[in-house]
Amino acid sequence: MAGVTLTNLSKAFGATEVLRDINLVIEDGEFCVFVGPSGCGKSTLLRMIAGLEEISGGDLSIGGVRVNDASPRERGIAMVFQSYALYPHRTVRGNMEFGLRLSRMARDEIDQRITRAARMLQIEGLLDRRPSQLSGGQRQRVAIGRAIVREPEVFLFDEPLSNLDAALRVDTRREIADLHRQLGTTMIYVTHDQVEAMTLADKIVVLNGGGVQQTGRPLDLYNSPANVFVAGFIGSPRMNLIPVTVSGRTLDAGALGRFGLPADLGSGAMTLGLRPENLVLHAPGGAPATVTLVEHLGNEVLAELRLTNGPNLVMKQTAALAVTTGEAVTVAPGPDLVHLFDAAGARVHSWPLARG
Amino acid sequence: MTRQPRIVRALLVSLIVALAVMSAFPFLWMVLSSFKTAEESMRTPPVWIPAAASLESYGAVSDVIQAGRSLLNSAIIATLTTAGILVTSIMAGFAFAKYRFRGRDTLFGLMIAAMFLPPIVTLIPLFRMVSEMGLNGSLAGVILPNLANAFGIFLMRQFIAGVPDDLIDAARVDGASELRVVFSVVAPAVLPAIAALALFAFVYHWNTYLWPLTVLQGASEDYPIVLSLGRLLSYNRGAMNTPLVMAGATLAVLPPLVMFVFLQRFFVDSMVSAAVKG
Repeated sequence: MAGVTLTNLSKAFGATEVLRDINLVIEDGEFCVFVGPSGCGKSTLLRMIAGLEEISGGDLSIGGVRVNDASPRERGIAMVFQSYALYPHRTVRGNMEFGLRLSRMARDEIDQRITRAARMLQIEGLLDRRPSQLSGGQRQRVAIGRAIVREPEVFLFDEPLSNLDAALRVDTRREIADLHRQLGTTMIYVTHDQVEAMTLADKIVVLNGGGVQQTGRPLDLYNSPANVFVAGFIGSPRMNLIPVTVSGRTLDAGALGRFGLPADLGSGAMTLGLRPENLVLHAPGGAPATVTLVEHLGNEVLAELRLTNGPNLVMKQTAALAVTTGEAVTVAPGPDLVHLFDAAGARVHSWPLARG
Repeated sequence: MTRQPRIVRALLVSLIVALAVMSAFPFLWMVLSSFKTAEESMRTPPVWIPAAASLESYGAVSDVIQAGRSLLNSAIIATLTTAGILVTSIMAGFAFAKYRFRGRDTLFGLMIAAMFLPPIVTLIPLFRMVSEMGLNGSLAGVILPNLANAFGIFLMRQFIAGVPDDLIDAARVDGASELRVVFSVVAPAVLPAIAALALFAFVYHWNTYLWPLTVLQGASEDYPIVLSLGRLLSYNRGAMNTPLVMAGATLAVLPPLVMFVFLQRFFVDSMVSAAVKG
């Protein structure tokens, strides 16, 4: 097993810089998730760790050894691809043993490893089938099995659940979490889905525009987003970001009202972040609003509100609280943390908002 | 297929049958004639079925030419050339399809241009090159210039471009060298195209006439069967012995035919499995 260290890692395709100065320490045995919108460079970063993409600058080390110029096979990694990438002309067994046979492992050892992995993934009955005879979920298990049998130092997952349907995605997600618990191997996982990131990760790395926005434990990112981007990206539905004006210890949130600040936080135009679950309806002194959309999810309700002469807000409430489209309501911030971001987008302060 | 009126269908079927008969007829005539006597083969109106099928002409072929040796030469030329074309086409096709390198597209364009050169244009320059290498009059001289083929590279590039990059990356992560990636992962994924190229190359180089004639220059022990057939024609001072020539031609056609039947079954298999993949 091994940790992975990235030092000032950068990547350019010709003159286009896609990743710059990535610094990251992934501890031995850690489950690290790279998350970000498409095009943020997260898959490129994973492929650089795998050795499938050349490193333009900086250092990469796995298990304390610099591996910038090592081929994928010398890095002790195994990778699971979004498209499964199973060898179509080989059976499930053939797919799983391909890498082992290349390393000239003894037949007994190969068979043992395949049996063990197949049992772990419950694909024992499929070993003689070809990938074309398997369902999507089964194919993904085989792809994971192919990675497991190699007993790598580091597992790399590139959006492994994206091609599965919603129910299967949840099941497979749990299985990957179980797998990590059983094997205790370092895993690096790329996804654009913040729910996957939140549920799986020991450590989340939020990437955007070729740089790391924030690194931390899931709840830390949720509770103290470093900037507006992370605030908007982590949490579903996304955080309401409202333009506000700050002067002295007063916060003017326009149509939402004026609030007191716990300290002098500078002055000027800033952004207030309010989670959808941290809004209450019919609060005394709340701001008037109209319900423009209601989505019932069963156990909870998502509602879109338009503040009178103000921006739209999304709120999440338990199903007990029934509202209908077109209804006039009043809305106010709840008792949980709100976040204030400065003009450049960096978080200035988080505190429970009190009316001023 | 949409439902057609019975009459249209009947017409279509008869057209297909007519075309099949037309293309099969010369072949059938060749085989039938090889069993006739010389006198029977020249008779008017023509005799279709020989009165007594005789294998005499087949025996006579070996008296005039070294039929076994010629067939072996043909097999050596066609097999080695096909093998060479397959290896170079798959490797170069992979490079053109999957590697990014400076000048790739220019190089590929040049190669496409070479594809449109009629072989006759390169005959003399190629011959001179082979002569300077001291290979004229030898099978090596016949084979060497044909080991790479622009069309083959083009065909392989087109098919390999359709192989998912993830599959190739998966093999690299699994520890495969580039050669291993090409032959253990990419090639099996484009097998139908490889089979088509193999068939095309084998038949073409089995039947090729001008190039071996130019290189071998009367070294008749190295003649492929196609050149030896020419000697059957001119045997007996121009008085052509039709059954003899037809027997030689039948012998010459058998190996590519077997090759075709073998590979054809294989095409159908791989096309079915590709279709089922979904």
